[in-house]
Amino acid sequence: MTEIGIVGYGAYIPGHRIRTGEIARVWGANGEETERNLGIKSKSVPYLDEDTVTISVEAARYALRRCGVDPGRIGAIYTGSESHPYAVKPTSTIVAEAIGATPHLTAADYEFACKAGTAAIQTSMGLVGTGMIEYAIAIGADTSQGAPGDALEYSASAGGAAFVIGREKIIARIDKTYSFTTDTPDFWRREGQRYPSHGGRFTGKPAYFRHILTCAKNLMEIMDTSAKDYQHVVLHQPNGKFPIRAAKQLGFTKEQYETGLLTPTIGNTYSGAVMLGLSAILDVFGPGNRILAVAYGSGAGCDGFDITVTDEMKNYKLDAAPTTASQIQGRKFIDYATYARFRSKIERGGE
Amino acid sequence: MEVPRFWRETRARYNLEGVRCGNCEKVFFPPREVCPDCHRASIGRMEKFKLSGKGEVYSFSTIHSAPDYFKDEVPYIVALIKTDEGPMVTGQIVDWEDGEVQIGTRVESVFRKISEQGKHGIIQYGFKFKAVRRALK
Ligand SMILES: [Zn+2]
Repeated sequence: MTEIGIVGYGAYIPGHRIRTGEIARVWGANGEETERNLGIKSKSVPYLDEDTVTISVEAARYALRRCGVDPGRIGAIYTGSESHPYAVKPTSTIVAEAIGATPHLTAADYEFACKAGTAAIQTSMGLVGTGMIEYAIAIGADTSQGAPGDALEYSASAGGAAFVIGREKIIARIDKTYSFTTDTPDFWRREGQRYPSHGGRFTGKPAYFRHILTCAKNLMEIMDTSAKDYQHVVLHQPNGKFPIRAAKQLGFTKEQYETGLLTPTIGNTYSGAVMLGLSAILDVFGPGNRILAVAYGSGAGCDGFDITVTDEMKNYKLDAAPTTASQIQGRKFIDYATYARFRSKIERGGE
Repeated sequence: MEVPRFWRETRARYNLEGVRCGNCEKVFFPPREVCPDCHRASIGRMEKFKLSGKGEVYSFSTIHSAPDYFKDEVPYIVALIKTDEGPMVTGQIVDWEDGEVQIGTRVESVFRKISEQGKHGIIQYGFKFKAVRRALK
């Protein structure tokens, strides 16, 4: 069987951060308690000129700089996001032009709440695996917003990662992917609405936990593995609590989940979340490391992946682009007023 | 800017794509049809050439009073960058700290949103620059 896997990857996280305590201060909530309840200390905030397109382009450029694949050999680009800047006009065509991959390729955008990027990986695997194309780029990126004062405002953040999928010089082999999908209305945003709505407590047990646990268990059953067969696990992380609880229920330990858990520092990057977590693990751990990755998207579904780092990783030019870790801490903390301006929650008036 | 003009300049704006004279090897950005030194000898020999995006600040000014779209970004810095390949390129510098941008500061290009034509128009993307802070790690 043809081996398919990750040939290159890049991560991009905007440099601004806002602390949970600062958001809590504005809404009269207890900062320490909110931080503890959510397991989130701070979240990333995009600057005025950063959006899903710019994040996707930078991540894709970083990925190509490291693996050296000729952009002309990329046959498909799929970008998964719930915050594409245009309602009609693809993010992926802008990415394609900006990395020099046009015009001989196919491109489209995906939307599936927080798992649109992993859906892009699966489509890429199909096209690459059947030999239809040589390489594909799958991107998961978001600059999501929570309504002011809503619980989501503490977590909804910005960031993304791009994965080059191919058959040659694979640095991390995708041994198997498995998905679990149902119709579950836990979180949604109607056309034309600025902020999403959610089912409150309903987002936990019947939504996140049911899908993540079932998907992970079924994938491990197919692979005849258990938690101890993996060095690392990365689960979708809408907050800093859910992924830890789910990982423990699946039998994983702190050593296995800590590297891929980024939400406590950068918030929930939605379509970027699992892909950034995976990128943080690949940055650090070499050949032989086996990773279980499960993305969750509201609405609802999970994409699970069983991934093994190969010997080829030794030749990978990681230093050709900024690492995930170097971008996690951020560059500058801002107050709520600045954050509100950056996110167009307040607008200049009187003109 | 009109949509057709922006579209024509997309490759240059997204990828810092200029041209190189096939006769004297001098690099130009934005792209031009004829080399000003070689004239006729360069006709048909101007090849596409992508700048690396690396260079240094040649001069800069801090903008405090800006046109409408850029108002929310003041104060911001616009600089003339001497690229490693030769051409001078004008661009905004992003993510700077006080005192960080000086003449001679090493910069690299980043991909950012340049402007929007109101809430209904197209979004224009392209290159800006940021200071190179430390070795990538
Ligand atoms: Zn010439």
